[in-house]
Amino acid sequence: MSRRPMPARRFASSPTTALAAALVLSLTATACSGASGSSGKAASTPRSGGHLRFAMAADPGCVDPHQATTTDALYGARAFVDSLTDQNPTTGQIVPWIARSWQVSSDATQFTFSLRTDATFADGTPVDAKAVKANLDAVAALGAKSMLGAGYLQGYRSTEVVDRYTAKVTFKGPNEQFLQATSTATLGLLAPASLKLPADKRCTAKLIGSGPFTLDGYTPTTSVELTRRKGYTWGSPLWKHSGAAYLDKLNLRVVPEAGVRSGSLNSGQVDAIAGVAPQDQETLTGQGLSVLDRPNPGVPVALSVNTARPLTKDPAVRHALQTAVDRDEVVQTVLSPSYLPATSALSSSTGAYADNSALLAHDPGRTRKTLDAAGWVPGPDGIRVKNGKKLNLKVILGANFGPNQTVLELIQQQLRKTGIGLTLTLLSLPDYQQARGAGDYDLAWGNGTRNDPDILRTAFSGKLLNLGRIDDPRLERSLDAQAAEIDPEKRAALVATAQRRVLEQGYQIPVFEMASVYGIGEKVHGLTLDSTSYPQFHDAWLS
Amino acid sequence: MTTYVVRRLAQAVFVLWAAYTLSFGVLYLLPGDPVTVMAAGGGDSTSVTPEQLASLRTRYGLDRPVAEQYATRLGHALHGDFGTSVHTGEPVGRMIADAAPATLELTAATLALALPLGAGVALAGTYTRRRWAAQLLLSLPSAGVAAPTFWTGLVLIQLFSFRWGLFPAFGDGSAASLLLPAVTLALPAAALIAQVFAKSLRTALAEPYIGTAVAKGASRFRVHFSHAARNAALAPLTVVGVLVGHVLAGSVVVETVFSRNGIGRLTATAVSAQDIPVVQGLVVAGACAFVLANLAVDLLHPVLDPRLTATGPTAVAT
Repeated sequence: MSRRPMPARRFASSPTTALAAALVLSLTATACSGASGSSGKAASTPRSGGHLRFAMAADPGCVDPHQATTTDALYGARAFVDSLTDQNPTTGQIVPWIARSWQVSSDATQFTFSLRTDATFADGTPVDAKAVKANLDAVAALGAKSMLGAGYLQGYRSTEVVDRYTAKVTFKGPNEQFLQATSTATLGLLAPASLKLPADKRCTAKLIGSGPFTLDGYTPTTSVELTRRKGYTWGSPLWKHSGAAYLDKLNLRVVPEAGVRSGSLNSGQVDAIAGVAPQDQETLTGQGLSVLDRPNPGVPVALSVNTARPLTKDPAVRHALQTAVDRDEVVQTVLSPSYLPATSALSSSTGAYADNSALLAHDPGRTRKTLDAAGWVPGPDGIRVKNGKKLNLKVILGANFGPNQTVLELIQQQLRKTGIGLTLTLLSLPDYQQARGAGDYDLAWGNGTRNDPDILRTAFSGKLLNLGRIDDPRLERSLDAQAAEIDPEKRAALVATAQRRVLEQGYQIPVFEMASVYGIGEKVHGLTLDSTSYPQFHDAWLS
Repeated sequence: MTTYVVRRLAQAVFVLWAAYTLSFGVLYLLPGDPVTVMAAGGGDSTSVTPEQLASLRTRYGLDRPVAEQYATRLGHALHGDFGTSVHTGEPVGRMIADAAPATLELTAATLALALPLGAGVALAGTYTRRRWAAQLLLSLPSAGVAAPTFWTGLVLIQLFSFRWGLFPAFGDGSAASLLLPAVTLALPAAALIAQVFAKSLRTALAEPYIGTAVAKGASRFRVHFSHAARNAALAPLTVVGVLVGHVLAGSVVVETVFSRNGIGRLTATAVSAQDIPVVQGLVVAGACAFVLANLAVDLLHPVLDPRLTATGPTAVAT
């Protein structure tokens, strides 16, 4: 199993973005000011009807929730499939949805779901144990074609149809993270009729789900169209209203340019937009539009350390880095208020997050002391030297990810003050992947999104892909233990130990929490974000 | 004439093959492969084993030796089968067929705007006797050629869509949504036409037959617009072939800025996903369009200028 560390990918990613933003700032400064308050404030009672136009940044490429990997693909998928469970975005707790209840064996290898009996797919077939089995078997059969599902179903053995509405899922080894995985759209339920299509055809097919919306169609590079499902009564208990969705129709449009997205929102050509670039955020709020944001759960945007390299092998260097980065300055000068400084190895919106801000406080004095004690002395150019080796670290980062480069240039300046040199190497995405695999770097810039603490195991376990080349039996013990612990409190304690260990050992230098930022027009009300920061359209309505 | 057409067709086939082979080479040389990009793009929290990735590569034939991949793909391509998209699983032919009409529409609208505009500027700039007006008109093309397409597009969108609300900011299939992108592409295209046409007009106006026409009492207007313009029209016609290529290339930017479906968007998406079958299909389709446009122009030449059939057409280089 491997972790796919991602250079912060929810940033707008087009080279023309900056210019577009500059134009928006200069040209619309005089237009359309003083609009009334933000969405939801003036809202009275929800009303049914209307057609919500939502602009997203990239072409989904594939609408099949099982195969979809990008954020943009999952917006649509999330609206037309239901999941076995849902996850409370505030507490991280897993709650019933299609499954009324479940039991997990004490070794976290068997999960028995008892399903509600009233749910149907849009083609009228029941959402029963057979359908659950068909779905899980289908995702397992996709292998790496389901980039996300392959990880969720690691060690999948089988699903047994115990009775019409009871399904038992068995794994080869402990797999506690599977419970949270059942709440994702990736393991969402498609009608058996849709699963009969060959995998390649499912990407652009009119797939049938049991969700609050039905998929009318996906036009590649253009849009995803959805219509309200009539008679829908099996929504998640976390949603504000039961029954059918308010919106008649949902139109998810691809608008690649960040500046065009915000301009379209501002001029009322769309009702809501995804992927608001940090530099556009102030303009939008200044124009009376509201911003809906949430930190992405998972691993914050961080410098992941390659512990096998000559310089970063030295724990003193890793400790020094941890206190040399001024996270508050990064967020305040380069990003927007939607982004939070990192305070742990997990971001604060993740279940089982434990606050470790004390370990991450900016303390250049301590960095200097640590490096002095380890024999790193300032060289003629200010960069520290030890045994003739310069403390110059190679950072790799993915190309074209919004403010990434600016953030790293700031960190470069911060580290330089304590005598640590950084060399930034900007790479294309495949290049970045290859460099990580080959280990040709000291620090890698990236993050990971998932609302289950098991993402720490994916990232730091020596038994998985282990891009950090970490060999730490103590960390390994807590990571293994949490994967097999079914008691949430005990699991959280194990995860807390792991978070602390990762930071104390400096395997990861977290910097800020990636955020999903949406711009919302005045007419839109009731739109909320789910536990993985995707919009939940069931409660949304238009005034 | 027949040998000429045969020779041109042989050249066209060579160009297509070269484009196909070159694009295959370039895509192959890029780091990673479609599977790497899928793994990277999928991102965040995936944990796929290297073995699973390897089986995916086998599925797409990406584990075969490069020569074999090339030969297989070329063989299929010769039978008109460009395979299916690695990303969406759709047949490449259908994806291109779905995207083509929008881009053809854009190309047609662009040329319809660019030809009269370019010709008009060149004619007016060479006709006027006011020096400042001539200078202004004849310096417009250089500015038009220099302005980056995406900048023009964004300025037009800001003014005409966001500020004045006259046109939609993105493609919705309506004629109104076609205008801004067409204008964006037409400006540099018109500039190119104006540059070439103005130059050939000046050359034509210096020819001895102009003096003859004037001596015979033809009006200045008639000499300019009838005698000189007709003879000078050959040069901009040659450029039209090149313009089709420009518009196709420009559609990558314009279709992105204006969120339009089309060949340009398909290209941008396919390239960033390293979706080799789609990119290969697009390269061949693009080369076809370019070759056909130039072939049409070449074949029109001898019709317009009988001298060319006598000596064999040498005026056109594509």
